[in-house]
Formats: sequence, structure tokens, C-alpha cells
Amino acid sequence: MRFLLVEDNAELSASVAARLGLEGHGVDQAGTLAEAEEFLSAAPYDLILLDIMLPDGDGRDFLARHRRAERETPVIVMTARSAVSDRVDALDTGADDYITKPFDFAELEARCRAVLRRKGGAAQTQRSFADLVFDPLGATLTIAGEVRDMRSREVRLMELFLNAPGRILSKEHLVDRLFSFSEPVTDNAIEVYVGRLRKKLLGSRARIETVRGLGYRLTDG
Amino acid sequence: MAEGRWPVAKATSLRARLVWQLLLLAAVLALILYVAVRIGAERASEATLDAVLGAAAQSMAEEMRSAEGGLVIDLSPGTFSMLAAMGEERIFYRVDVAGQTVSGYEDLPLPGALPSALAPTFYTVPFRDADIRVAAVVRALRVDGRNAPVLVLLGQTREGQGAIAAQLGNRAAALGLGVFLAAIPLSLLVARGLLRPIDRLAEAVGRRGAHDLRPVRHPAPAELAPFVTALNNFIGRLRGTLSQTETFIAEAAHHVRTPLAVIRNEAELALRQSGEEGTRGRLRGLIRSADDAARSTGQLLDHATVLYRAGQAEWAPVDLAKLTHEVATRLEPAAGMKDITLKLDITGSLPAVGDAVLIEAALRNMLDNAIKYSDAETVVDVQARPEGAMAVITVADRGRGLCGMTHDRLKRRFRRGSNVGDVAGSGLGLTIVDEAASAMGGSFDLSEREGGGACARLSLPLA
Repeated sequence: MRFLLVEDNAELSASVAARLGLEGHGVDQAGTLAEAEEFLSAAPYDLILLDIMLPDGDGRDFLARHRRAERETPVIVMTARSAVSDRVDALDTGADDYITKPFDFAELEARCRAVLRRKGGAAQTQRSFADLVFDPLGATLTIAGEVRDMRSREVRLMELFLNAPGRILSKEHLVDRLFSFSEPVTDNAIEVYVGRLRKKLLGSRARIETVRGLGYRLTDG
Repeated sequence: MAEGRWPVAKATSLRARLVWQLLLLAAVLALILYVAVRIGAERASEATLDAVLGAAAQSMAEEMRSAEGGLVIDLSPGTFSMLAAMGEERIFYRVDVAGQTVSGYEDLPLPGALPSALAPTFYTVPFRDADIRVAAVVRALRVDGRNAPVLVLLGQTREGQGAIAAQLGNRAAALGLGVFLAAIPLSLLVARGLLRPIDRLAEAVGRRGAHDLRPVRHPAPAELAPFVTALNNFIGRLRGTLSQTETFIAEAAHHVRTPLAVIRNEAELALRQSGEEGTRGRLRGLIRSADDAARSTGQLLDHATVLYRAGQAEWAPVDLAKLTHEVATRLEPAAGMKDITLKLDITGSLPAVGDAVLIEAALRNMLDNAIKYSDAETVVDVQARPEGAMAVITVADRGRGLCGMTHDRLKRRFRRGSNVGDVAGSGLGLTIVDEAASAMGGSFDLSEREGGGACARLSLPLA
């Protein structure tokens, strides 16, 4: 997916962009509203991540202009103030969702997915591997014409494997990505989810292999 | 008026003071009335009696004529019948010619100063066991070729008048008492009328909620204007302080949260790239701390906002059903992170009057708590429906419940349950819900759910 990140704090912008890049998304960074307008006139985006307080204006004004121009790109507002009124304002002026800084990356992704799903999500988010089609927005797995529903954590786990097919992912790594850091979890918890995902993959060539002592990997055949 | 946290030092009530003073005044006035009526009546009756007595004395004097070798006193029956008409009184007289008593009681006392002309002089003297009223008249006659002044004294007891005076006195006393008795309900009425503006003002101030920081607009009498002005100035200062606090916390939150976001992101990136378990553990700790700090600043800000907005009390129509639905929808991705299902059961429309921001903050904290303390893959039931005159929104989870902590204790600021050490939180969430609810005339209640878990219940008055 292609993101436009409008954020004036250079460090935060770089860090969010790096994070999105690691997930395989394309990111353009704009430090001001003027830059953002420039990027928008040059290329289409799947999603805009918008800060509220920017050096050359209020993000909400940008949002209002964006909506008046009837541009369809969904916008998720990133607010640092977390003032209740700030959130309501943002939604009133046409944001599709908001997230409060600092945010859990998995939550940002979940919100992006939810927004794209509400907006009638783009087909290009579907991914194929071996003989299966994975739709993270619709939370489905299609194997030989059979559509299987997935729960949120299964979707995220599937995404982790699909982002690095063939690579060994350690249990710790998966735990960190799948559970919130404030949740008490054991490494064994991941086995439950891997087990469920394996069930969903039954009948497909795609398999999740256990690499003893190291972790798991997704293989084709 | 509601009993405040600070008891008021009680002084005698204005009403009692006013009534007592009015009654005292009425008593004094009744007494003066009594004395005045009595004295006036006595004077009037005395003046009437004196006029008759004087006329009789004069007619006596006029009917005298000198005759050969002396004086002829012709006491006509008309004169005495006039006096007899005044009542059963005894009559005494004395006629002196040139200083010699020629007729009547020679011991009847003389006036202090002899009258000069025909106008009678009146005086009261004790005589023969009674006080008598005497009219003295002088007439110049020529007797035996000499000028001889004739002094006529006509005295009369006044026993009848005393009785009349006593009767009049009784009437005057009855009148005074009547006036005093009539003054009692009147002074109560006056006190009530006079204190009505104060009562109304007190009622208007008493009706205000603890968080109502609008200035007092109720009309106040000029005498109370300084108090109302002082109260309004105080409210204004408090509002100012609150809004400054709000701005301050908002700024502080902004300046804290942006770097926290950088810390968290960088830590997450580092965590992804590091293979060394020791470092990874430290990075997880770092992220948890950043989350804790972010959560606390967020709730401090929410709390300040709730206090401020509750003080502003600018209510508008809100559809609680729609708002509950919106808040739940917005929290769905957060619930999804733990595969928690939000099961909504919301009545079509629940019109209420309140502050959408406050209600949103309350609902979000209720849902946030439910999600936070629930295990993965459980269901959180969100229900919104009318119950009598209230709209009731319940959020029921299958989490760890209250573990014996009472709702009242959990609602207090920075107070957290005994069973939540492993979950990030500041202990302000329930306080926020409670304060928002009470600001809008509603209530908040947290209880153990049957079959395990907690049930949060927010009631707000329907429009």
C-alpha cells in the first residue's frame, strides 16, 4: 500500500516511515501541509496519516479542504494531544479514524485495515501465495475456491508469514508482533495461534513448518 | 440547599430577626396607642364635663343680682338639672362676695389664682373624701353702692367620669391588643415578602450542581448584589484557573507524547531488528513504560477536560444510541487486537441532553476498561436502552471482575483494583466516567457480573 505521512516531527516521521517500509508499504513523508498538497497532486495514495499540529496550519483545515475537493483517500488523524474534543473535531471534519500518539504499530495497521474495509477496500491488498489467496481486509483465506474466515490475530500472523516467506520467524518475534506489550503472555501462547492457522491452511500447499529450537517458517509445498 | 462540605457558621435567621423586631415595634405602637386613646378619651370627657360645669357656674353668677341690703341668689332649677344630666354626682357650691362667704360650703377650697373675667377657671381638689372638679367664675356687682366682686365656685364629684374612663381604658387596651395580634400575621407576611428575593436566590444557587461554573444570573436585590458579584468573580477566577490547567495539561501532553511516540516506534523497530534476547527484553520494558506514560498523560488530560467541560455545562441534544454506536465502532480495532468481540445491543434512538465530548470520554473509558481487563477471544456486551426516565448504557465483560474492591473505592482518583498490577493504567478512568455522569445529572455504577466479570452501568437522563 502507498501511504502519505504528514508529520512535522522529523524523527517521528522517519521512524513511522521506516516501520511502514518494513511491512512492505511505500511511504512519502510530508513535513508541511503545502508539501502534502504537492504529493497528493502528483500521485494517488491508499491512505493518508495526518498530524493535527503542523507548522503551516491545522491538519483539520487540510482535512476539510480534502473533503470539499471530494478526494476519496481515507485519512487517519494522528493526534498527540488526545484531548477528547480534539478527537471529536477530527471526526467531525471528515477523518475516517484517529489514533493517539504514541501508538502500537499493530493497532495502526488494524485501524488502516478497518478504514479501508469500510471504504470498500482496494483489491490490490489481496495477496497470493502458493495456491492460496489471502485478503487481510476481508479477513479471509481462499483455498481452491473455498473461502475461510479468519480472526484478527490469525490475519496478523498470516501477514507476518507472508511478509517473509521461507524465512524462520522466532517465537519471541511473533509474540512481540501479535500481542500487546502490556499483556502477560508466554511463548507457548503463540503455538495456539500457529496451530489454528495451520488448520485454516489445511488442503493448501502452503504449510507452516516448525524449525526446532528456532521458530516457524512458511513454505510452499 | 444541599449541605456542603464546609458547614456554614449559623447566625440568627433573618426571618426570625425581622419577625421579632416587627413584633417588638408592634407592641410599642400598641402600647402608645393604648395610652394615647386613654388620655385622649379622658381629656375629651373632662373637657365636655368642664364645659357643662363652667356653663352652670356662669349661669349661677349671671342670675345673681343686687337687691336692697344685699344679694339675691336665684338658683334656677335649670342650672342644676343641667348638672344632674351628667350623672349621679354630688354638687357643692360657694358664693363669696367681697371675700366673705355668703352661701354654700365655706370650706370649699379657692382656686390658686382668682379668675379675672367671666371665663371660668377649672381645678381639681380633694374635698370631703372625694376629688372634685371646681369651676370658678367672678362677676362684678354693685352691692349697696359699692363695687363687690362676686366669686362663684361650683364643684362636682367625678365618680361617673372615673367609671367611664375605666371603660374607655379597657377599650383602648383591647384595641392595642387587637393591633398587636393583627401585627403577628402581618409581620410574618412582610418577612416572607421581604425575604422572597433572598429565598429565590438561595434556591437558584442551591440548585446548581457541584460542577456548574456558570455565573449566577438570577436577579438579586441591590443589597445582595455585592455577594452575587463576589460569587461570580470567584466562579470566574475558578473557571480561569481550570481552563489554564486544561491548556497547560494539553500542552504538556503534546510535548510529552510526541517524543514518547518516537521512543516507542524506535524501540519497536529495534526490537524487530535485534536478535539478542537480553536486549529484546529491555526494549519490551521500554515500550511498556512508554505506553504507561502515554496512558497516564492521556487520562490526566481527559480528566482535566472532563472537569473543565463539566464546569462549562454547555449542554446540547445528543443521541446516546448513535454516540454509543460510534464509540464502540471506533474501539473495535482495539478490541480486535485481542480478538475480543464487541456485541452491540442498542435501542434505535435515545435522545438526551448533555455534552457529547463528556459522554464520549465516559463511554470510551468504560469500553477501554472492559477491553483492557478481558482475556483474548471473549465477548464484551454493550447495551444501550431506556429505563424509565433514564438511558442506561451497560458494558459487561468476562474479565477478572472487581475482586472484592468496592465500586466507591475504585472510582476514587488514582485508585486501582488490587488485581490489575500487570495491566497498564493510571486509575483515572473510572473517575472520569463518574465525574462526567454526575455533571450531567446521571450516575455511574460498577458491579460484579453474574457468572464472572465486571458490569459498568452509566445512566443519563433522557430528554
